[in-house]
Amino acid sequence: MPDAVVIGGGPAGLSAALTLRARGKTVTVVSAGETGSHLYKAERVENYPGLPGVSGKDLLSAMTNHALAQGAELLHGRATSAMPMGKGFGVAVGSDYLDAGCLILTVGVSMGKPYPGETEFLGRGVSYCATCDGMMYRSKHVAVIGLCNAAAEEAAFLRSIGCQVEYFDKARAKQYEIRGSQTVTELIADGVSYPVQGVFLLRDGVAPDALLPGLALEGGAIRVDGNMAASIPGVFAAGDCTGTPYQVAKAVGEGNIAALSAVKYLDTKEN
Amino acid sequence: MAHMDLTNKNFDSVIGNGVTLVDFWADWCGPCKMQAPVIDELGDKYEGKVTVAKLNVDDEPSIAARFGVMSIPTLIVYRQGEEVTRRVGVQSMDQLETMLGVN
Repeated sequence: MPDAVVIGGGPAGLSAALTLRARGKTVTVVSAGETGSHLYKAERVENYPGLPGVSGKDLLSAMTNHALAQGAELLHGRATSAMPMGKGFGVAVGSDYLDAGCLILTVGVSMGKPYPGETEFLGRGVSYCATCDGMMYRSKHVAVIGLCNAAAEEAAFLRSIGCQVEYFDKARAKQYEIRGSQTVTELIADGVSYPVQGVFLLRDGVAPDALLPGLALEGGAIRVDGNMAASIPGVFAAGDCTGTPYQVAKAVGEGNIAALSAVKYLDTKEN
Repeated sequence: MAHMDLTNKNFDSVIGNGVTLVDFWADWCGPCKMQAPVIDELGDKYEGKVTVAKLNVDDEPSIAARFGVMSIPTLIVYRQGEEVTRRVGVQSMDQLETMLGVN
């Protein structure tokens, strides 16, 4: 069991991982892939001290390599839920799960509101994780709404286990509505009806309070104190998910504070 | 006993009596592995008061289909055979107790 699990492989998470390693703690960073980070998409970063005009992609890859070189573990996957368990936390990542001594949430900002029918049919045909629920849909018609880069991979997984997949990427449709009775029966995409028994909604991340039920938010951001401690003991947060400004320098600074607070928490817990 | 395993044969008779919490799960589901120890802890804590049970959706797909369970874990509370409340996804001890109305 690692001392800390960091959810999110952007600058805040990588900065936290680096500081945890410098303090002798073990850490696993769960990342849905670097292309999901907002930094990756930034053509040029003009205000990161010492590196004028660096591309977001280069900066992110340098930060990732730095954290890995210091011994951080990187786990590729999407964290779907977390909760306090025993003396630590459990984190579900795809069809696996990890134990952790403490949690650092660096999940970024997730965009968008739920689609009509999404919440109502969650678990009754709406799923956020193909590798978790795919087996329930063998030989059935399903739609995959791919809003993140890992989505194509998950759609391929569904096909490989025998699902008939209707794939929607960002270009194919904009408006969705999910309908059904006891369970899902159809997806309406830009006014066109598709008869399906399942709809997989694959976003880069899940809302922080859906990821970790009971987590206090403030204006959509994770509520933290000056030590980057969230409302649940042993949970820390940093970066865009704690609110504006959405800047690399702020994310990196907060990741550092969150890690130092996590170290203090872990050391107190041990004694 | 920490939990009871349900099958097609005993499902209706078990949920027909008193209050039963059923964890719908499968081997290949990571979050279900996270849920398992919490379910056993709940079963121990409320032994004699509430029936805490698990149903493997791979072994008993017809029951999962009957209740429209299409994501796992799904947790359902039944009172005298009637569904009272359900939650999808891993639930903490607190949340399970809230579902049962015992905290």
